[in-house]
Amino acid sequence: MGIRYFVNINMNTFYFIAFLSIFFSILVITAKNPVHSILYLVLTFFTFTVHYILLNAQFLAVVNFIVYMGAILVLFLYTLMLINLNKDSEPVKSNMVKIAAVLGGGCLLVVLVGCLKQVGVADPVVLKDPGLGLVQNLGKVLFNEFLLPFEISSLLLLSAMVGAVLLATKDPKPKSV
Amino acid sequence: MESLTNTIKSVPLNHYILLCSIIFSIGVMGVLLRRNAIIIFMSIELMLNSVNLLLTAFSVYHGDASGQVFVFFVMALAAAEVAVGLAIIVMIYRNTNSVDTNVLNRLKW
Repeated sequence: MGIRYFVNINMNTFYFIAFLSIFFSILVITAKNPVHSILYLVLTFFTFTVHYILLNAQFLAVVNFIVYMGAILVLFLYTLMLINLNKDSEPVKSNMVKIAAVLGGGCLLVVLVGCLKQVGVADPVVLKDPGLGLVQNLGKVLFNEFLLPFEISSLLLLSAMVGAVLLATKDPKPKSV
Repeated sequence: MESLTNTIKSVPLNHYILLCSIIFSIGVMGVLLRRNAIIIFMSIELMLNSVNLLLTAFSVYHGDASGQVFVFFVMALAAAEVAVGLAIIVMIYRNTNSVDTNVLNRLKW
């Protein structure tokens, strides 16, 4: 009974979480300190996880939580600390370039929204099948229709791993000819 | 879970597209705005994620699970991309002692 009151979810939840996503993603690109930037990115990805839960895509919510927030962002944080950047070494662009960048991004947004106005799909997102995003259903699709891409993606990950190790290790001393 | 699935019934698809376009544009702005290679990389992650969310929304809208499987593949690809990209950034840092993209103008004509 108590949990009913606690999880009083209505339509406004989506708009609140959407606002938070936009707010934190703006902070990601404006934060001066790169470490703060990464922490804001973690928060942004957390709001995305909440979006997935609201869409009842539970598998993706968990994968997003573990892979993005757990693995990828820790990798970013480690690299940043390895490189040892701080606020002083942060390169700054001139104001002219900044204004041009914001204008460019804004133009892209205007074009996208203009296209959206043309299409005009205003139907509500209705989940017809509640089990759509569950692991059982996705596993069946993944291992029947998408078995070959799944296997090939393992090859991709292996080659990425080998490539990363090859790139990041120090070059040995050049061979004497 | 019932209350969760009922919640979404009232959010139009339009608003999902709008949200994802805004976040994608913020990612593009981040790429243009910053000169730190790592933050440029993070902006790219932001763009990838906005597209993931839109794919999921469309998947739910059409009741087709393929969209969510694509998101899974995109996440695997993003993990590989991040590993290679960060290795390249570390290598650049070792060679030039900075991650400022303006230092890398050797290919400029």
